[in-house]
Order: sequence, then C-alpha cells, then structure tokens
Amino acid sequence: MSKPVLEIVGVSKRFGTTVANDKISLSLAQGEIIALLGENGAGKTTLMSILFGHYVADEGQILVDGQELPQGKPRAAIRAGIGMVHQHFALAPNLTVLENVITGTQSLWSPKLRRSDARTKLLTISERFGLKVDPDARLGDLSVGEQQRVEILKALYNEARILVFDEPTAVLTQTESERLFATLKDMAAQGLSLIFISHKLDEVMSAADRVIVLRGGRHVAERRTSETSKAELAELMVGRTVTRPVREPSTPGDVVLEAAAVTIRSDGIDRLKAVDFRLHAGEVLGIIGVSGNGQHVLAQLLSGTRSKTAGDLLLYGKAVDKLSVADVVSAGIGRIPEDRNKEGAIGEMAIWENAILERVKAFSRGGLVDRKAAVAFTQTIIDRFDVRGGSPTSRIRLLSGGNMQKLIFGRNLINRQRILLAAQPARGLDEGAVAAVHERILEAKRQGTAVLLISEDLDEVMALADRIQAIVGGRLSPAISAEEASARKLGLMMAGEWTSEVPHAV
Amino acid sequence: MSAAFDIIASAGLWAAVLRIATPLILGTLGALLCERAGVLNLGIEGIMTFGAMIGWLTVYNGADLWIGFLVAAVAGGLFGLLHSLLTVTLGLSQHVSGLGVTLFASSFSYYVFRLAVPVAGTPPTITPFQPIAIPGLSDLPFFGPAFFSQTTPTYLAILLALVLAYVIFRTPLGLAIRMTGENPHAAEAQGINPMVVRYGAVIIGSALMGMAGAFLTLAAFNSFFPTMVQGRGWICIALVVFASWRPVRALLGGLLFAFFDGFQLRLQTVLGGAVPYQLFLMIPYILSIVALALMARRARVPQALMQPYRRGER
Repeated sequence: MSKPVLEIVGVSKRFGTTVANDKISLSLAQGEIIALLGENGAGKTTLMSILFGHYVADEGQILVDGQELPQGKPRAAIRAGIGMVHQHFALAPNLTVLENVITGTQSLWSPKLRRSDARTKLLTISERFGLKVDPDARLGDLSVGEQQRVEILKALYNEARILVFDEPTAVLTQTESERLFATLKDMAAQGLSLIFISHKLDEVMSAADRVIVLRGGRHVAERRTSETSKAELAELMVGRTVTRPVREPSTPGDVVLEAAAVTIRSDGIDRLKAVDFRLHAGEVLGIIGVSGNGQHVLAQLLSGTRSKTAGDLLLYGKAVDKLSVADVVSAGIGRIPEDRNKEGAIGEMAIWENAILERVKAFSRGGLVDRKAAVAFTQTIIDRFDVRGGSPTSRIRLLSGGNMQKLIFGRNLINRQRILLAAQPARGLDEGAVAAVHERILEAKRQGTAVLLISEDLDEVMALADRIQAIVGGRLSPAISAEEASARKLGLMMAGEWTSEVPHAV
Repeated sequence: MSAAFDIIASAGLWAAVLRIATPLILGTLGALLCERAGVLNLGIEGIMTFGAMIGWLTVYNGADLWIGFLVAAVAGGLFGLLHSLLTVTLGLSQHVSGLGVTLFASSFSYYVFRLAVPVAGTPPTITPFQPIAIPGLSDLPFFGPAFFSQTTPTYLAILLALVLAYVIFRTPLGLAIRMTGENPHAAEAQGINPMVVRYGAVIIGSALMGMAGAFLTLAAFNSFFPTMVQGRGWICIALVVFASWRPVRALLGGLLFAFFDGFQLRLQTVLGGAVPYQLFLMIPYILSIVALALMARRARVPQALMQPYRRGER
C-alpha cells in the first residue's frame, strides 16, 4: 500500500466527563475507501468533526501527507484537501446550486463574484464524476439525493482529495444509495481517498475496502472487508452477539381494517390509486416500496390526518367516511410515525409529556394535569420497554434515536392496541435498537394486534411480515404470503411488475 | 378626483416624496443588511433617535454637517456592536435584545440632549443641508424641481441602495453574508466565520440607521426633539419584508411609503375642513399594510433569521 494520505494519531476528546474519543488512530491510503463503523454514540462523528476543524482534540494529532494539520480551523482543513459531506447538509435552500458551491471560495474582498469561471469548473467536475446538477436551480427545489450531490460537488470544487461522508445513506432511498456507492467507487478509482461513517453492515461490506470499528469511543477492531463477515462486524460493533428476531407462522384472526379501492387525490394528483388491502388481527402485513410512492399518504390516512377521496374504508367491519385523529386514538390504532423527530415527539418537551400527549384526558384531574400519575406511567414505559438515557422529566431530545423509538413503541403498546401502524420503524437505528424494535412488533402480533408495517427495507419486511404487498406510484400490488416471498420476487414487485403474477387469495 | 390629480401633478409633492423617503431608505437598507446576515435589529427606532440627536448636537457645537453625519453613523455602529454582543456572542433573543437597544438608545438620547442643551421655549436650531442644484438637470421644467433639487444625503441614500444591491448579489462578500443568513453552519463549513460576518453586518447596518436618524435633524429639519423619529424605524422593519430583502426594492418601498405620506399631507390642506386630519395621518400606514400583504407573501425569508449560531451545535 502506498504512503498514507491521512493519519489520525492518538486522538482523544472529552465532553465533560464523557469520553467521546479515546486515543483513536487510523490511516488512509490514496484511492482507498474505509468505513468507520459503530453504533450511534460510538464517537464516529466526533472524530470526523475534529478532522474537519469543528472541534479541537484534547490530545493527538492529524497528519495530511505527513504534515500536521492545525486543529479547530475548517479553512485549514479545506486547504489541506479535506472535504466533508455532512449528514445534515450544510446547504442553504434559498440559494442556487452554484451559489452554495462557491460560497467562501473566492476572496471576500474581491469586488466581483466570478460566476462564469465557477460555473465552468462546476460543470467540469460534475461531468467527470457523473454528478448531474443544474447550477442555477434553487437548492430547496431539489430532491434530497440531488442535494447530497451538491454537497459532494462542493467538496470536490474545493479540490478535496480526502472526502468524509457522514452517514450518507441515512436520508436516501435505496436506489439513491446504490447510485451514491457507484459514485464513491468511481471517485476512489480516480485517486480520491474516502472515509464513510455508517452503522449499516450491508453498505460497509459492499462499498469499503477496510473497516474500522469504533465502540464507546475506542478503536476496537480493523478488518479488510474481504476477510470479514457481516456477523463478525455486527458483533464487534455491538460488543455482543445480536440477532434480529424472525417471525413465526401464525393463524390470523378477523379482518380489523379493510380498504376497498381507496383513492386519495390532492393538487390534482392521485397519491393513492384504488388501493385494496385487508388487515387481520394477529398478523403483520408488510407494505414494501421505495420511499415516495404513496406510503406517507397511506400512513396519514390511517392516522386521521388525511381523508380519502373515493373508495371504502372499513374499520372493525363498519364503514368509516372520515377519521379524525381523536377517532383513531379511541379506535385503538397505535401509530409509529415515519419521522420520529418531527411527528413522533416534541424534542423540547419532557419525556413524560411526550408519553401522555395523546391521552392527556386520562391524566387530568379537575382540569389540571396529574403530573405524578403521568410520571409514574412514563416510568412504567421506561422500565418495560428498556428506554435508556433519560428520566421521565428529561427532555426527549436528549434520547438517542433508538431509545426515542422505544419510548414511542412503549407509548403505543403499553395499553394493548388493536391495530399498530408502523412506518419505517427501524430507519436510522443501530443494530441493537433494530432488534429491539422488531421484537416489539412480533410481540404485539403474538398478543393479537394487527400490524401494518410500511418499510423500504427488504430484510425487515421478509423477517417480520406474514403477507406482503408492494406500493408503487400510489398503487398496491396484491398480497403474497411470506412463504412465497423472495428478494428477487419482492424486487420485481417494487418495480411494479406484479401483473403477471396470479394474485394470492387473501 | 381632480384634487388628487392636482396634487400628483405638482413638483412640490415629488420633491417632498424624495425628502421623506431618504431616512426610510437608509434605515431599511440598514435593517436589511442585518437581516441578510440573520440578525433582526429592532434597535432601529432607538438608534435612529440617537443618530438624530448626536448628529444634530455635533453640528450645534460647531462641527461641519458631514462630521455630524459621520458621528451619527459611528454612534449607530456602536449600538450595533452592543446588539451583536447580546445576540451573536451571547445568543440572546433578537427580539428582546433589539427592543432593549431601542428603549436604551431612546432614553439615552433624551438624557444626553437634556444635559447638553438647556430647556428653552423654542428648541435651538442649526443650518441644515441645503438642496444642491445639479447643472442641466435642475433647470428642467417639472423634473428639475421635483427630482433634482435635493440635499446631498438624499442622492447618497439612493446611491447606497444600488451599492448595497451590488455588494449583496454580485460579490463574494455578499454571498458570504447571504449564506450566513440562510445557514451559518454551511458558511462555517466553507471556512467563513459566521460570527464575524454577523458582527460586521449588524455594525454597518446600525451605522446606516444612525445616518437615517441624522438626516431628520440635519436635512429634513433643523432641530432635535425627542419624539421626532415617530415610528419610522418600525416602518423600515416592515419595508424590509415588503422589499423581500432586496435593496433596490427597499428603495422603491421607501419611495412608495413616502408618496403615501406626502400625498396625505397635501390632501389634508385640500380636504382638511371636512374630516379630522388624523384620518389622513393613518392613510400611509393602512396602505403600507395592504401593500405588505400583497407583496410579501411570496417573500423568501432568510432561513437562519433570528436563530443564534453556536459552534458545533445543530
């Protein structure tokens, strides 16, 4: 292997009493892709923030081409050829693509912004790496995948030779992720060196040459991907063996929710087109599909935040025309929303407040909130559902994604629900939390709850669902049973190819 | 109807419009610059009052009119520094801090004024800026007296609007300011220090507010009295939104408001007998609200406006 372009030597960083990084060392060669693998809170992002000058390390140094990099200075990092693609994009939606890319690249005291040179350079780079963008588009009008391309182009425009991607696929759909990894490999082939942060084993195995595993702020292992396995990495990452639970066959009960030719139209577009499904008690019905194909509208319909335009919806055998959120709550429909930070929880409010939000009435006494009862109720959820990292009175924002999700599950399942709507329940969670979430879903099913699982993760749907329907462009395919399902078949269904298949009897 | 037409056709109206518009244009540009960097500056009303007072006082004590103007700008900049300390370094609420600056600067103006000038029946006066004749243009019929017989600060304000538009949209510095107002984290990731940008924008923006105030005592009028700013600062804050954060539209917005104001003043003299004159005083404000409602709905607010920036926090 050639001389390393980047070396991180013995870097430590403490925040108060928490040790975020403990003497971490790593090196990166030219043209190499390494993955920093670790659960949330393992110290990956802290390490990369030190590299990029957002933080100053308490000890240790960073060498680029053998030269020490001054710390705490993003500008020095940019000049040394380090580029960062942030998980939460560092972009301004109201500015154009070109403006986003060239901010700070020309002397601030120069009397004129040189746009046309900049545009030429941007287009050359975008051509070279196959990252197509319109320089004059307003950034906010682009899709998330396109915005990420702009973020990458920004780094390349600054002549970055070392690129860091912070959880690049967290916000992408599956297709977008595949494209991204193709681009990454192309970039490495052209001599760039890449580090990507991830907790997803599949992408680490398929995209990286080498994996560095962090746990609890320490460098615990280093493997070449050709010499390791997903199982080994999972164990190294979590520190113990984690196995995701798998469904057992069961006999479903009565139909609790049925949709017949339900259509939802808004702004002149059919968001859902004559969809049919039947959900039985004690089963998991998986709705699989690439994000943006109508899942969100379907979830809104069943959460009472959007009403149908046509078709019939039968809840416990009775036709319902319009569902309000209050109806949904009293009908015993639990909801795990797709975006837990925006729809699932109110970050600045206490955990106990979040826990009782939809049943404030049950915790009211004489017009006042019975705080003691609410806190006790929340403590029960915390104990039963193993929520770690906060007491009932701490703000929910301080919980990690996995623990926040456990709390949301607890809030929904502590009083047994008749129906549970789970939209992308494991998105963005680390391996341990995914296993916990899956176990909760299967447990609910065993207790007779009807679960509607909306997901774009093939493994997740195949592990949990008893029957599977694909959603494509607002249409639902007929259901197939878990026994019939295979990755290939589901892949075809997700691409909209189900017409030739004989619909399976429901 | 013909009364209205007569008013509009008079050169005097248009000369007044430009004069009334000048402090509005300067103040709006100042507030706009602060907001482009992501800082709401409600200190404007007080800073204008202080600028009016200190500019006048400087000239009253024998200094040149331009020195008075400059002193007002520097004083405005210092209040900007105070507002930056509170909102940028300490990250306090921009609303509350701005109102605090306004209350402080206003009261401080009266205090300094009372210390420096003994109570008198008629307030003391200075010789203000005089209209300058622009060779060739000032002699034109109608247009000459209407548009080309103004004081130098008025021309300066118009020029400043164009300069600020150029800086904001055509220079790397302007892009850095806009990026800071949209997403300071992104600015930082590109090696720009958003704190420094915000300090600079607020200080210079506040200096413009100080000049806006000074225009009132040094050009529009010749003496200072404590209530003379009369809510013009708040009008400027509204004009920033009306202008969708664009300097040239701020210029037009200032002129439009001044037109309403000049028009109602003349309408009072024509129709004053029929209804109480206070009705006419309301007209510009009502029309401004209507114009704001029509214009500002599509405006794109700087995304990081009123959000304190803290390093390393998202």
